[in-house]
Amino acid sequence: MHRILAIAGNTFRETVRDKILYNLILFALVMIFSALALGQLSLGNDNKVIVDLGLGAISIFGTMIAIFIGIGLVYKEIEKRTVYALLAKPVRRSELVVGKYLGLVFTLLVNLAVMTVGLELALWYTGGADPMSYLRVLAVVALTFLSLCLVTALALFFSTFSTPALSALFTLFLWIIGHFGNDLRNFGELTKSEAMQWLCRILYYVIPNFSNFQILDWRYVLQPSSENTWTIPYAQTVDPGMVAGVVFYCIVYVALALSLGIAIFRSRDFK
Amino acid sequence: MPIVEIENLTKDFAVGFWKKRPVRALDRLNLQVNEGETFGFLGPNGAGKSTTIKLLMSLLRPTSGAARILGKPVSSTAMHQEIGYLPENPYFYDYLTPVELLTYAGKLFGLDGDELRKRTKSLIDDVGLGHAANRQLRKFSKGMVQRVGLAQALINEPKIVFLDEPMSGLDPLGRMDVRRIILSLKARGVTVFFSSHILPDVEAICDRVAILNKGQLQEAGKLADILKVGVTGHEIIVAGGGGDVTDELRGICEEVHLMDDRLHLRVKDKERMERALRFVFDRKLGLISVNPIRPSLEEHFQSMVSAAPDGARPAAAEARN
Repeated sequence: MHRILAIAGNTFRETVRDKILYNLILFALVMIFSALALGQLSLGNDNKVIVDLGLGAISIFGTMIAIFIGIGLVYKEIEKRTVYALLAKPVRRSELVVGKYLGLVFTLLVNLAVMTVGLELALWYTGGADPMSYLRVLAVVALTFLSLCLVTALALFFSTFSTPALSALFTLFLWIIGHFGNDLRNFGELTKSEAMQWLCRILYYVIPNFSNFQILDWRYVLQPSSENTWTIPYAQTVDPGMVAGVVFYCIVYVALALSLGIAIFRSRDFK
Repeated sequence: MPIVEIENLTKDFAVGFWKKRPVRALDRLNLQVNEGETFGFLGPNGAGKSTTIKLLMSLLRPTSGAARILGKPVSSTAMHQEIGYLPENPYFYDYLTPVELLTYAGKLFGLDGDELRKRTKSLIDDVGLGHAANRQLRKFSKGMVQRVGLAQALINEPKIVFLDEPMSGLDPLGRMDVRRIILSLKARGVTVFFSSHILPDVEAICDRVAILNKGQLQEAGKLADILKVGVTGHEIIVAGGGGDVTDELRGICEEVHLMDDRLHLRVKDKERMERALRFVFDRKLGLISVNPIRPSLEEHFQSMVSAAPDGARPAAAEARN
């Protein structure tokens, strides 16, 4: 375990010293704060704009960080030949993959924390939000974090056998169509061709379903408190069973992606 | 006692884009390295030296054959706890400083706390990087990276170190430092297995050598046995000369060269040497030196490599034989 932690620690250090990270965080914070200006144009709905835009920025920039740093993690070790000195030490190849993964996940956690603080500050600045809203933002960000864990696992999986450009393309592709998982299943049910039905069913189960992580949004964050008389008609509530299901889904999928990545990485020759 | 045992180790690489065909990089290598010895692994570029070391480090999987280090198979993680490795043209995380890199390497060996700090500092000083201990590696020259590489290979106080071309990219001073480090490891009883094509270094520090060419072992043994140390002649250097002196010496010696007012004479047998020396004394020429000539490892290596058949043999052809 100490080896995995050492590798994770070094990966965290590697990502923290990467300029791409700061550019992306800066962009996200600019987006969140620009929501303040946009909110003022929205006639009393400024909190909605801030939360909606802020959560969107956290999700998109978090995903970009996960993809663009994730795709290089293992590939760079091989390409720059740092993997030689590393694997000659008492380090299993699986420990290297898992350590790299945990290091980037920790980086994402810190980044999400920074961006979330930005969003909470913007929300606090406009005022008028229910105190519980600040906590509910954390719940939505936690789901986003789970989705980023999955994106990172996919990016790392691809980076065990392919170039960064291709890995980025594959991961981005899966991330985009992963948001249409439910549509894919519905399409399969509607089509008459049996082969198509099977194909849609297989794709539905193979492609990670990212819409699972979007069960909560601004409507949940800004739902009225019990003593408040005005209501938002479409306020969301949390179904604990559903959240547990999403967490379980994420763990299983991450474990699968990492196991496959480890299997490929184990079979590789380092010429 | 053998500390490294290599038996029939063979490695084929697949080459070609569509139609992959195997090319043999290493062909049935058999080798043993004994505890405490400094072992030189020689061969021209592409001979299979790095492939062998990578097979030993478990970075490559053998096509056939096996290797053991410290009695354990090379795939054993526990065995890797006891060894050190410096890759060829090493590259390390350039965002780290030497102190950070060595601390990271130490942690992978389960080291921590004061012990790790002490070893890190002493190794950085040993390889002569005390002045750059906290500078990022991206600002290092190739020689400095090589030194850091050597330090990280020694952080666990290994029983055996594998150094792949440790002298490459180093200036003469750096090469002397590496030589000094290898000799100090030897004095501490550490086995050193190192590959090189810089022969004077090998000659200066190795107990035994193996010569590899085109994936095949040509020879292995003690340097003295390989070179069959015999004096093949003498070189006499004399101050002055010129004109008729040179002409007369040409009658006695096999070779006479005039360089910067000095005559370099080469004689093959004792009788000619005595005649040449008598001539030098009779003519009152200034004798500077008399040195025996013996074949250097370099010459031996050259004759061996040029005698080997051309081209790496495809594995398929090998299998048919």
